[in-house]
Amino acid sequence: MRYITLFLIMFILWMLFTFNGELPNIVIGITVSLITTLIFGRSFVKDTKKFFQPKRYFWIIVYLIIFVWECIKANIDVAYRVLSPKMPIKPAIVKAKTTLKTDIAKTFLANSITMTPGTITVDIIDDEFFIHWIYLSKEKPEEYTHIILGRFEKFLKRIFE
Amino acid sequence: MNDINIFSIIFFVIGVLFDLFGCIGLIRLPDVYNRLQSATKSVTLGTCSILFGLFLHYGFTAAGLKALIAIPLLFFASTVAAHALIRGSYTFGIKLWKGTVKDDYKDVKK
Repeated sequence: MRYITLFLIMFILWMLFTFNGELPNIVIGITVSLITTLIFGRSFVKDTKKFFQPKRYFWIIVYLIIFVWECIKANIDVAYRVLSPKMPIKPAIVKAKTTLKTDIAKTFLANSITMTPGTITVDIIDDEFFIHWIYLSKEKPEEYTHIILGRFEKFLKRIFE
Repeated sequence: MNDINIFSIIFFVIGVLFDLFGCIGLIRLPDVYNRLQSATKSVTLGTCSILFGLFLHYGFTAAGLKALIAIPLLFFASTVAAHALIRGSYTFGIKLWKGTVKDDYKDVKK
């Protein structure tokens, strides 16, 4: 089942990318998608039923809007730190615990963290994220865990779990 | 290219500005970890903004859709690359900048 889902996603992506409805192109697309599916099918998401629940797509859209907004805020913040003559930076590597369970949700959370306010995920060990932060604004672990993870966690839980 | 859309020009300008900020950060910030911050964030958002401007200019044609699909691909590529680089440089033993206030990762690595 998950092989079929991955094949469909790959094929749709190929068709959008080439944007060409001729027969040779479709044949190439099917071949390439098959090869990709055979190689990477093993590491694809296990529970493919989630792909067919429309409610999740609604939350993806909500998540995207919030994410883009946070991303723009983060960039203005980093641009300010880079441009100001004093360079107000206070870098640190901090530890944050997540409540998400599945691997794909953790992957998305890590990617979202990398894109937002001055933070990059250095490593994930079980449910602990190690995050390099350009400006450590809070001292207590609970506070900065909430700042870094809290915004995205609740949406990702609705999307992936 | 005569009747280029005003919105796509706005997105181009924002994108080029953020790319510029990213490059300035790459030169000014002190160590490899902080430089990666500005290199991933500003440059990714800048390039995504330019691509979105292209999509607005071309609309739902072959070129426009390609620009739109390139955004998530670029997004995943740059975040994963940043993660790999920062983890690789820590494992390799590059020192953090002297102003770094906290390092929780050190205990795990030992």
